[in-house]
Amino acid sequence: MDNRQKRVLIARRIAQELKDGDVVNLGIGLPTMVNDFIPPGVNVTLQSENGFVGLGPNPEPGQEDPCLVNAGGQPVTILPGGAFFDSAMSFAIIRGGHVDVTVLGALEVDADGNLANWMVPGKMVPGMGGAMDLVVGARRVIVATTHVTKQGEPKLLKKCRLPLTATNQVNLVVTDMGVFEIKDGSVIMLEKNPEFTVEEIQSATEAEIVLSPELRDMDVSGL
Amino acid sequence: MPKILSLKEVVGKVTDGSRVMIGGFMTCGTPVNLVRELVKKGVRDLTVICNDTGLQGDGIGMLISADAVKHLIVSHIGTNPETGRKMIEGKIQVDLVPQGTLAERIRCAGAGLGGVLTPTGVGTIVAEGKEHVEVDGRTYLLEKPLPADFALIKAWKADRKGNLIYRKSTRNFNPLMAMAADCVIAEVEEIVEVGEIDPGEVVTPGIFIDFLTKGAN
Repeated sequence: MDNRQKRVLIARRIAQELKDGDVVNLGIGLPTMVNDFIPPGVNVTLQSENGFVGLGPNPEPGQEDPCLVNAGGQPVTILPGGAFFDSAMSFAIIRGGHVDVTVLGALEVDADGNLANWMVPGKMVPGMGGAMDLVVGARRVIVATTHVTKQGEPKLLKKCRLPLTATNQVNLVVTDMGVFEIKDGSVIMLEKNPEFTVEEIQSATEAEIVLSPELRDMDVSGL
Repeated sequence: MPKILSLKEVVGKVTDGSRVMIGGFMTCGTPVNLVRELVKKGVRDLTVICNDTGLQGDGIGMLISADAVKHLIVSHIGTNPETGRKMIEGKIQVDLVPQGTLAERIRCAGAGLGGVLTPTGVGTIVAEGKEHVEVDGRTYLLEKPLPADFALIKAWKADRKGNLIYRKSTRNFNPLMAMAADCVIAEVEEIVEVGEIDPGEVVTPGIFIDFLTKGAN
């Protein structure tokens, strides 16, 4: 599976988690791709933390408006029925439990649902932006990440080592190797990529994996 | 009623060492003409409160390139590598604040509140040294108000009383900063007569605005 296929697999699987009527915040990068795979009949409202709901598709070339950008500063559109607001209201929506699902990336995530995704001391300090508020405030936190780092190191750990974004907030981790529920200190594998054995997935994971009694294969067709 | 001044005149109010909050999110809604004029004036040692430092050499990034900033209070610097470099070299002190907390701290300063209790940051390095308060069994951090000497904000249209409306996602931190500084300077694209903006559509009431200036669109 190449990198593009892994990203499609992860984004497409996360899209299945969204329910009709959900208010959803998608992080920049891989999480943004989730929007391309939302099943027909499921209408979600996308929230953009820089200050609106009703995030629409990317504008046609030449139709970009510098006054309408997403949280990554990229030109976007707003759908009819959307609404603009200031940053205090935006984070009232986020912290106040009005966002049903947030999808974001991870540097590390652990069995206690702790997430680290905003800094590597001495190397990379971009800042947390809205991530800490999103992870604490959203009703459901889904992490979208490749299973291992570029160097092949596990990202699903017993205990995060990097500075945390938030504690005990992650509900689901979707990687190119499987779908993992984080519950009561356990990493429960709900689905596995059929290209790997359970042993292979465990050896790429520092946390101890518990197999769900209903363990099934991820859909890897048509990637 | 706010005074209407040229960009150059209005920026003359900001002095070396001032504490300045600047609106915008990744240059969207940043008063770029005011920022450019500040750079031209050559102010130094500013403390800047803003969401992010824009891009290298663009938006608030212009102040970073000009070495005008000694202290930044900000939620994100990742889109401007020059800020990170100057932070590591020790040229700029950077305090990173979660975005929602930054918004509320600014709002508190303008709203007469002594702070806000937020669950954001509990159990992380953001919580270090901060007072923890338990309310109904949940732990919160006490985050204190963040006032400034000046707020530089950007709106689409103002009437002569300073009532402001914004275009699309340019609103972000601007309405909050308009409440939180001793002197509030609004850069707008258009200044219209009183009565031309429907009071029901005003986002920032003119009573908060000290100076209006027209920037290019």
